[in-house]
Amino acid sequence: MKHIISALVENKPGVLAHVAGMFAARGFNIDSLVVGRTEEPNLSRMTIVVIGDDRIVEQVRKQLARIIPVVKVQDFVGKPVVARDLMLVTIAAPPEKRPEIISMVEMFRARVVDIGSKSLMIEVSGPETKIEAFLDVCRPYGIKNVARTGTIAMPRQGTSGED
Amino acid sequence: MPTKAKPAAPAAETSTLKTGAQIVVDTLVDLGVDTMFGYTGGVVLPLFDKLYDAPIRVIIPRHEQGGCHMADAYARASGRVGVVVATSGPGACNLTTGLGTAMMDSIPLVAITGQVRTDLIGNDAFQEADTTGITRPVTKYNSIVKDIKDLERTVREAFFIASTGRPGPVLIDLPVDISVGKYKCNGKAQIDLPGYHIRAKGHARQISMAAEEINKSERPVLYVGGGVVSGNASEELRAFADKAHLPVAMTLLGLGSYDQRRPESLDMLGMHGSAYANYAVQECDLLIAVGARFDDRVTGKVATFAPHAKVIHIDVDPSSISKNVHVDIPVVGDAKHILPELTNEVEHRERGPWFAKIAEWKKKHPFRYSRQGTVIKPQYVIDEICRQTKNDALITTGVGQNQMWTAQFYKFIRPRQLISSGGLGTMGFGLPAAIGVQIARPDATVIDIDGDHSFNMTLTELATAVQYELPIKVCILNNGYMGMVRQWQELFYGKRYSCSYLKNPNYADVARALGAVGITVDKKEEVPKAIEQMLAEKKPCVVDFRVEREENVWPMVPAGKSLSDMDGLGILESMA
Repeated sequence: MKHIISALVENKPGVLAHVAGMFAARGFNIDSLVVGRTEEPNLSRMTIVVIGDDRIVEQVRKQLARIIPVVKVQDFVGKPVVARDLMLVTIAAPPEKRPEIISMVEMFRARVVDIGSKSLMIEVSGPETKIEAFLDVCRPYGIKNVARTGTIAMPRQGTSGED
Repeated sequence: MPTKAKPAAPAAETSTLKTGAQIVVDTLVDLGVDTMFGYTGGVVLPLFDKLYDAPIRVIIPRHEQGGCHMADAYARASGRVGVVVATSGPGACNLTTGLGTAMMDSIPLVAITGQVRTDLIGNDAFQEADTTGITRPVTKYNSIVKDIKDLERTVREAFFIASTGRPGPVLIDLPVDISVGKYKCNGKAQIDLPGYHIRAKGHARQISMAAEEINKSERPVLYVGGGVVSGNASEELRAFADKAHLPVAMTLLGLGSYDQRRPESLDMLGMHGSAYANYAVQECDLLIAVGARFDDRVTGKVATFAPHAKVIHIDVDPSSISKNVHVDIPVVGDAKHILPELTNEVEHRERGPWFAKIAEWKKKHPFRYSRQGTVIKPQYVIDEICRQTKNDALITTGVGQNQMWTAQFYKFIRPRQLISSGGLGTMGFGLPAAIGVQIARPDATVIDIDGDHSFNMTLTELATAVQYELPIKVCILNNGYMGMVRQWQELFYGKRYSCSYLKNPNYADVARALGAVGITVDKKEEVPKAIEQMLAEKKPCVVDFRVEREENVWPMVPAGKSLSDMDGLGILESMA
């Protein structure tokens, strides 16, 4: 099962190495790991997607919490969260195909961010399923390059909203 | 707290301009450090220069690994934080085995390493190593000081982290330009660790649930690990075990937390544990683990470990709970706080049939060795040491057969009496450990019961013992083999003794050449007298016991088997 774990960490050198090293040393697999600043200059947030059974993920959570510069750890599984990926994808786009590609881009509420002579670069964000679906529809045109951020997530305060 | 109370701060709010090295030394003194272990070198010259007239005794090992083991054993014997200093590059690299040893056994240790100038870091400078990178997995925490403003706080944090919660080694990497730089330091830096939380008190409801299970239990076993020793909770453990009336099995590192001469002691459990401890664990209906971590050498095959038991686990480290074995009632916190609360809630129960069964196992399957023949049995040497020292010596060990026989045949009565590398299993630990213990406890009888191969690894430290005139005793159970490896080769590799044999020197000659006393014993009847002489020696003394070459440690739970699947019980019975 996929778990999104959010860790608030001190913004110190070596913290990422410590977290990554712990995962490697204990044989846990990381699906994605995103690090970014928070509103507090001395804290960063790591969002880590892990796949494993409950026992393994419980260990991941505890082992993370044990790392001294890790301030707080939350496992979002089973909780209402907004989870998002951002992707840049370049696809082969000869001029005659562009209208249908652009209509597809609109359907996914994505954006064309760069136009080349034979290709388009598209920015798309959303839940991972949407990113995957977009990649599926791009595939027939020929995907030239993909860059993805990995998942970031935040718990919902309200009870309803976009998935 | 393992560190001494600090002296009163100067009355006036004075900040003096100090070098980084001076800040380190002043902070160490303020934290109560009066002894440390250190090997000098290029980038730690400023630090050693300030140590030259500091009120701190610096013990110089012959190798940084030895120094680290000494500091570790000093901490184990005294309950204080051990301190070791090494230079950059090779010095720091040589610490890693010692740090790993301390990490696995949760020993409070602070290591300070020199580092090249900050502007050279990353340039592959002379004697540069990525020390924080190399030591991250073998430390509880480490950090490099890149700004002298952070230095005093970092040192204070290192001691706090090392000695609290589940203790462990902490490393500070100190670039030489920080050591020689100057800063106005007031000596009052506050620690700032927003991510470090220690839960001391246990959850009251969990404690009540645990007490309820204990009161219901017909066949309980108390399983005690090193956490009770490091948490200074042996008194509390004894009160708890006595009131509830529980049999007590101990891990290697737990030995000494409960007096082994008492009938409730099941001695050590696990791979080379007692048959009665292992049977009791496999048949118990309630297992109460305190400060133990369900290591594979203790559990054997996890799937069949304590199959009828509910499990209560008291531990200060939440990540230990349900890591290897599912725990029904976890109580996270300090054993010293939790055990008295639990003691209040438990009732005394006789549990006659259970203790009768244990007594039967004890009678049928004691630790035994053959008293026949003329060759010296290694177990006999330990038995005799135990007898002559009246269970009261401080014992260090190497790793392997020597260590397991010591655990089986020396009956420990007090915590911090057995100093041994359990988790990492570091051969070569025994001799430097004996030095660290003797430094911590100058008046105690300190004996390293070692194997020849373990002793070979760090024997250079004998020169350290001579230099500091330490009356340590080294008993080498010399079988000419890497004994435990040879045992596995005999049992599982068709007696193909691949690379488990070394040609050893004459250890008595080596000892004498280094300025110690050397004794060789090759006759069984000479054993008691040799031990007597050794105990009377005021100089470091090495006794080379030429023991039975192919003796095995029994019983033995082969790796991956259930605890009750012990080999060697028949062999032991035939020795009766």
